[in-house]
Amino acid sequence: MTHSHHTDHSSSPAIVTRGLTRHFTSRKQTVEAVQGLDLEIGQGELVAFLGPNGAGKSTTLRMLTTLIPPTSGTAQVAGHDVVTGQREVRRAIGFVGQGNGAGHRQLGRDELVSQGRAHGLSRADAHRRADELIEDLDLTAVADRKVSSLSGGQRRRLDIAMGLVHLPRVLFLDEPSTGLDPQNRANLQGLIQRLHAESGSTVVLTTHYLEEADALAGRVIVVDHGTVIADDTAARLKSGLGDLVRLGFGSASASARAASRLARVADARVDVADGTVDLRVKDGSAMVGELLADLAADGVPPTRVEVARPTLDDVFLDLTGRSLRETQQSTEPSTPETESEVAA
Amino acid sequence: MSTFVMDTVNVMNRELRPVWREPMSVVFAMIQPLVFLGLFAPLLPQMADGSALQWFVPGIVAMTALMGASFTGSNLMEEMQSGSHERQLVSPLGRPALLVGRALKEVVPMLMQVAIIVAVVTPFSFDLHLGGVLLAALVLSVFSIGVGALSFALALASRGEDWMFWTVQQTLLFPALLTAGVLLPMEGAPRWLEVVSMLNPMTYVVDAVRALFAGTYPADVVLQGVAGAAVVAALGLWVGVRAMRRSS
Repeated sequence: MTHSHHTDHSSSPAIVTRGLTRHFTSRKQTVEAVQGLDLEIGQGELVAFLGPNGAGKSTTLRMLTTLIPPTSGTAQVAGHDVVTGQREVRRAIGFVGQGNGAGHRQLGRDELVSQGRAHGLSRADAHRRADELIEDLDLTAVADRKVSSLSGGQRRRLDIAMGLVHLPRVLFLDEPSTGLDPQNRANLQGLIQRLHAESGSTVVLTTHYLEEADALAGRVIVVDHGTVIADDTAARLKSGLGDLVRLGFGSASASARAASRLARVADARVDVADGTVDLRVKDGSAMVGELLADLAADGVPPTRVEVARPTLDDVFLDLTGRSLRETQQSTEPSTPETESEVAA
Repeated sequence: MSTFVMDTVNVMNRELRPVWREPMSVVFAMIQPLVFLGLFAPLLPQMADGSALQWFVPGIVAMTALMGASFTGSNLMEEMQSGSHERQLVSPLGRPALLVGRALKEVVPMLMQVAIIVAVVTPFSFDLHLGGVLLAALVLSVFSIGVGALSFALALASRGEDWMFWTVQQTLLFPALLTAGVLLPMEGAPRWLEVVSMLNPMTYVVDAVRALFAGTYPADVVLQGVAGAAVVAALGLWVGVRAMRRSS
C-alpha cells in the first residue's frame, strides 16, 4: 500500500452504501433490521444517525465497521468494500462501541499502546501517541490506573482515545453518550466537536438523543424501521417544519373564532383545542407581532402567547406520527438489534 | 516479522500484563489443586514403589494446568460483555492472532503454578528431578495451549452467556480429571472406564508427567504424552480459530 490516501481519496466520499440490507432470523421469523440503505457521506462530515432503539442504527454501524456482513447490497468505507476489503477498512477506521473498548483488568495507557501497535505503529510511536492522547483527552491522572476503577466519563474518554490512536479517516461512535450524566454528556459533545474540527476526519455517530444530534452534527440522518426517513441538516429539518405559535384565549368561543381567522395564514397548520390555538408555520416567530395585532383588531386578543422553535422531536413526530421519546420508552426487548447486541 | 506473528505477540503481551501486575492472582487460581494436595494426598495409601506424594504430585500439576487453562475463557467472556472484544474485532488484528495469542499466554501462569507446587512439596517426601520436571513442563505447556484454546472457543460459543460457559466447563472438568487417573490410578478400573480413560488424551499427558517427575525417561510413555498434548493443542487451536473467525 504505497499510494497516498490523501491524493487518492480526497474527492471520493468517505462512505457509500448501495441497497445495504441486513436481515436477522430468530424463531423462524426474518426481521429486516436494515432495508436497502443508499447513503453517501462525504469526507470530513459529522453525521448523526438518529432513531429509536431497534431502528437499525447500530446494525448499520456494525456493517460499516466490518463486524457483521450485509445480507445484500454493498458498502464502501474509506474507499474499501466492507466485505472484500475488511482489513483495509479496519486500518482506516476508528470505532467506539457502546461498551468499553478498554479491558477492565488493563491499565489505560497500556491499552492505548496495544491499540497503536495493533495499527502497526512502532513501539516508540505507540508510546508517544498514547502520551499525546492522554494529555489531550485529560486522562493524565487516571491513565496508569486499572480501567475498572475509572468513572463512566473517564472510561468513555479512554474509549475515544483508543479510537483515535491511528488518526482514523473515519471515526464511528455508537451511542457515545449513553449512560453519562448531563455534565459528562455535554463535555463529550464538546470533545467530539473539537476532535472533528482539529482532525478533519469523517465522524459518524448514532444517538437517540435529539439534543445530541442537534448540538453536534452537521447532518442528521433519521432512521426508523431500517430505512432512512429524513436526511438533512438539523436546521433545515426543523425549519421545514416551522415554528409553533401557541395562543391561549379566555374562552372556547374566542379560540374558535381566532382559529378561523388564522386559517387564512398561508402554509400554516392550525389545531384548535379548548381555549388554545396551535399554529405551525414557517418563521412563525417573525409573524407573531402582526398576528397579535390582527387578532386584537378582530376582537379576540390572545391572553397567552408562546413561540417554540421546532425540535428534532417535532420533526420525528411529524415524520413517523410517533414521538421519539415515547418510542424509546416502549423499547421491545425482542427487537433484532438488541438480540444481536446480546449475542455479540 | 509477519503480521500474524506481530499480532499474536501483541495479543499475548496484552493478556500477560494483568498476570505480571498481579502475580498473586495466579496463586488464587490454584486454590483447588492446593486443597487436593493438602487434604487428599495424606489419605493416599503408601505405595510399594515410593511415597504417595511422588505419585500424586504430577497428577496435581496436570490438574492445575487443566483447571487454569479451562477457566481462562471467562476472561474473554468478560471482554465480550464489556465491549473490548468488539473493539479488538474492529482493529486490524487478525482473528487467528486474537485466539492464538490468548492461548499461548496460558503457558506463563501454568509454569508459575508448577514452580509453586514443586517448591511446596520438595521439602516433604518428594524427590525433585529437575530435568524431568522441565521436560514435563514442556509437555504441559503444549497441553495448556490446547485447553486454553478450547476454553476460549467455549466462551465464544456461549456468546457471553455465563451460565452456559460454566455449565459446560464444570461438566467436562471432573470427568476429564478422573478418567485421566489424576486422583486415583486407573489400574483395576472396569473395562468401560478403562476405554474412556484410553480415549482421554490427558491420560497420556499425566502418565508422561509422572514418569518424568520420577526422573525416568521411558521413550514410549513420553512420546505418547507429547502426542496427547499435541492432539489437544491441534484440536483446541483449530476449533478456537474457527470460533474466533465467526465472532462478531
